[in-house]
Amino acid sequence: MSDKKYLFKRNNVWWVKLAVPLSLRSELGYDLRRTTGEKDLDKAIPIRDKIIEEFKTEFQIRKVNADDKGIVLRGTEHMQKTDISDPQYFHKVVDCQYACPAHTNVPEYIRLIAQKKYDDAYMLNWESNVFPGILGRTCDRPCEPACRRGRTHDKPVAICRLKRVTYDYKNDIDPYLPDIPKVKNGKKIGLIGAGPASLTVARDLLPLGYEVTIFEKDNKPGGLMRTNIPSFRLPAEVLDEEVYRIIKMGAELKTNSYIDSLEKVIDSFDAVFVGTGAPKGKDLEIPGRKEASENIHIGIDWLTSIAFEHTKSIGKKVIVIGGGNTAMDCCRTAIRLGADDVKVTVRSPKSDMKASDWELEEAIDEGIPILDNTSPKEFLLDDEGKLKGMKFEKMEAQYTDGKRKLIPTGEEIIIECDDVLLAIGQDNAFPWIEKNIGIDFNEWDCPVVDKTTMQSSHPKVFFGGDAAWGPENIIWAVAHGHQAAISIDNFCSEVDLFDRPPPLTNLVSQKMGIHEWSYDNDVSQEARLEVPHADLKQALNDLKMEVELGFDEKLALDEAQRCLNCDMQTVFQEKLCIECDACVDICPTDCITFTTNDTEEKVREKLRVPALNLDQDLYVSGKLATGRVMIKDEDMCVHCGLCAERCPTGAWDIQKNNYIEAHNLNKGRVKAKEVA
Amino acid sequence: MSYFKPINKHPNLEKNKLGLTRRDYEGGVSTLCAGCGHDSISACIIEACFRLNIEAYKVAKLSGIGCSSKAPAYFLNASHGFNSVHGRMPSIATGANCANEDLLYLGVSGDGDSASIGIGQFIHAIRRQVNMVYFVENNGTYGLTKGQFSATNDLESKNKYGEDNLFPPIDLTSMAIQMGASYVARSFSGDRDQLVPLIMGAIQHKGFALLDIISPCVTFNNHDSSTKSYDYIRNHNEAMGKTDFVPLGEEIKTNYDDGSSVEVKLHDGSRLSLEKTDHNFDPTDAGKSLELIREKNKEGKIITGLLYVDNKCKPLTEIMDLPDKPLNTLEQDELCPGSEILEEINKGLS
Repeated sequence: MSDKKYLFKRNNVWWVKLAVPLSLRSELGYDLRRTTGEKDLDKAIPIRDKIIEEFKTEFQIRKVNADDKGIVLRGTEHMQKTDISDPQYFHKVVDCQYACPAHTNVPEYIRLIAQKKYDDAYMLNWESNVFPGILGRTCDRPCEPACRRGRTHDKPVAICRLKRVTYDYKNDIDPYLPDIPKVKNGKKIGLIGAGPASLTVARDLLPLGYEVTIFEKDNKPGGLMRTNIPSFRLPAEVLDEEVYRIIKMGAELKTNSYIDSLEKVIDSFDAVFVGTGAPKGKDLEIPGRKEASENIHIGIDWLTSIAFEHTKSIGKKVIVIGGGNTAMDCCRTAIRLGADDVKVTVRSPKSDMKASDWELEEAIDEGIPILDNTSPKEFLLDDEGKLKGMKFEKMEAQYTDGKRKLIPTGEEIIIECDDVLLAIGQDNAFPWIEKNIGIDFNEWDCPVVDKTTMQSSHPKVFFGGDAAWGPENIIWAVAHGHQAAISIDNFCSEVDLFDRPPPLTNLVSQKMGIHEWSYDNDVSQEARLEVPHADLKQALNDLKMEVELGFDEKLALDEAQRCLNCDMQTVFQEKLCIECDACVDICPTDCITFTTNDTEEKVREKLRVPALNLDQDLYVSGKLATGRVMIKDEDMCVHCGLCAERCPTGAWDIQKNNYIEAHNLNKGRVKAKEVA
Repeated sequence: MSYFKPINKHPNLEKNKLGLTRRDYEGGVSTLCAGCGHDSISACIIEACFRLNIEAYKVAKLSGIGCSSKAPAYFLNASHGFNSVHGRMPSIATGANCANEDLLYLGVSGDGDSASIGIGQFIHAIRRQVNMVYFVENNGTYGLTKGQFSATNDLESKNKYGEDNLFPPIDLTSMAIQMGASYVARSFSGDRDQLVPLIMGAIQHKGFALLDIISPCVTFNNHDSSTKSYDYIRNHNEAMGKTDFVPLGEEIKTNYDDGSSVEVKLHDGSRLSLEKTDHNFDPTDAGKSLELIREKNKEGKIITGLLYVDNKCKPLTEIMDLPDKPLNTLEQDELCPGSEILEEINKGLS
């Protein structure tokens, strides 16, 4: 009898089926199947053996490293030569820029600050993230946890606060703004909501000759940047300057214009962008909610009414429910409005709170207690039916297999209060989009939007910012805006939406040598500098007084010296290398090893210092004269350039990697390059 | 040219038994030409001292004049050092050795310093079995005076400007064996796997240890007609198998087939394990060593590895029967036995 192992028949043809190991099932499914294409069993068997081999290799390749970091070590083969012509390779080495959704060239603007070229530094930011002054105060800073300095030293460079420096110290930058064509291209674009996403789309499209109309329901543009970020964090003049700069570029702004029907406006435009945010604060349906509604406020609505000066006071005792950044803004605002006893309660343990560390810290510094593991149960009313307090139950967090479960302990506490602010999350809401005009919504009532093109199922309608996939932060809205603008431009020019412009990249060899190094490679070894704060007592009495004062010039220049210049790339050419080991000896962080090639797993182990950080790539050269390869672990490289400086043959070269993520402001430049 | 090296180091850098990392054994930033073989040798000395858990303050670095003799500034910042006049380092080493035999003496010299101006001193330090490691950083050229031939340059080699070398070379290893050196090895600055164990062995050896290390001069002697260039050495190097240094009390990890390895026990009990490529070769037989070196020279090969070792030799201080305590620590009462003993001696003379 023939061996039918792994084989089964379908429509008279033999198929192969191999069960997937448990650990890979979420990735590959229960089993892998492929046809042998043979009806004859004897002919199918040798083909089956080949397929089984392939399947097993597939499993091997996907075998996740023991650390379970979810990174697949590239298989059982020797390591491939690194392809540095792929712009993403060196982009990834610049950790801050890679982590930024808008891919702002951080090291370059920090160097410009160090040279006191604040205008240039501001414009570099403005081109990529549109709101440097606003983001320099409010950004969620994904760049900072990514910063290499956090690994080679202690704390990351204060990137966000240096961005603010570019705003604070710049002069008039109007002459550097892009020219807006007087003759328009005849395409009209409608932007709904005047928040960061829409404003970014407007800025990217105006220089191309589009006519842009922005609809805003409030009486001033800015969206959640205006309504939900208190002015003690973001002064109105900073917001106004950067928002109106875009309006002044020629966008038509229609304030107090709530769009109640998409169908009504859609035909007036060649394309419509929806950037309406996630404007609906979540409610808390527990006993007493309805009865006490007069003193229970939805956090974001409450912040909005303060921004527009409709609300000017609050009770003496305030409870803020929620653990995110909105909760932090609410509690700090309440204290400034005159409350003298403000508490924040959050269901989870403090360590799991969603608020950014620094925002939580600021709230704590202002003397606001954070009661964690505290779950709301009931609003309590006095005899007159007025809110007098809240009942909570203490929770306990239990962790099994990395998953958290909150277990009620039965212990109840009662906290007196006059007002309650709810900051427990936000939802998207599109009551104004008709269900029958071709825009599909998913099961959570969010529009179905393509992750690359930002296009909805209606070809003319694009989404971005919180409106697309729920609450994120400003920098994500900007990134979405850039992508949507590219899509809208493609759409209006009848170009395939997936035919997207590549990033602009350039690698330029840098000058080195004593006293003529093109960048300062002797970086400061000092600890991260603290940003000066306003006097706490004064700040707590003034809703509009900015708490963070920003770096003064000396602090800014000192902090800028901490940047490692990770965009200064070490580029290696094996054909020039004589294997003298000079680079190995001079490298302060032991990044470079000359060794025989092997699988990635083995190579990582046998380096001068084993490369345990799997998030960071190894730079592998081609074969050298002795048959070995050069391997550089990018993880701890401080980009001092000494490898290149010590290299007798120029096999190492320091080249500045200029990576500019594609956005429409580049379009003119790309065209110029193509012509050249 | 760089004048500093960032002080931060890899957080996962290995530590030795003293709790020190490799970087704690570094010296100043080298001012030699980029790519100089001497810098690789300095790095190997750092590596060897790190692995042997050597306390830097118990080391004395001695040198003469030349590019090589600048090198001690670039390793072991925390050690003692003495930079002598040209070719006179062996005398300084001899004197220092007698005064304080407790220090580890690392003499760093070059082909000019040892094979020309200081050859007499060099020979007598060997003859006297001074307990030291004597590095000859051999690049066959006078780099510091712009590339003239040195006494170790091969006959068929040309200089950078195309002139022929008219005189045959001095082979320092053969000469050292003949003069009685008790540890003689040759290596190549570009072969760390071989050089580091050889340095470790030389440090643990008691007696005169010569390391003749071919160290290409990237500026004046790394051209196509040079016999001391990176490429030439790589193509003509005949390494004598793998060398392993096994510290005292550690197991030998490299396994060779029976009879294919030689083990040499050093004075402190640590061992050097050598893979044998030639079954007749015995590194403790001076005659065979000299024969091998001559043979390979004839073939145009450069033999590298441990060439000769005599682990039963007596170092200078034992030959001279000096007291166990270093001379520089002897107190007045130890140095001057007193008038009673003087009288006794005088009585014996009458």
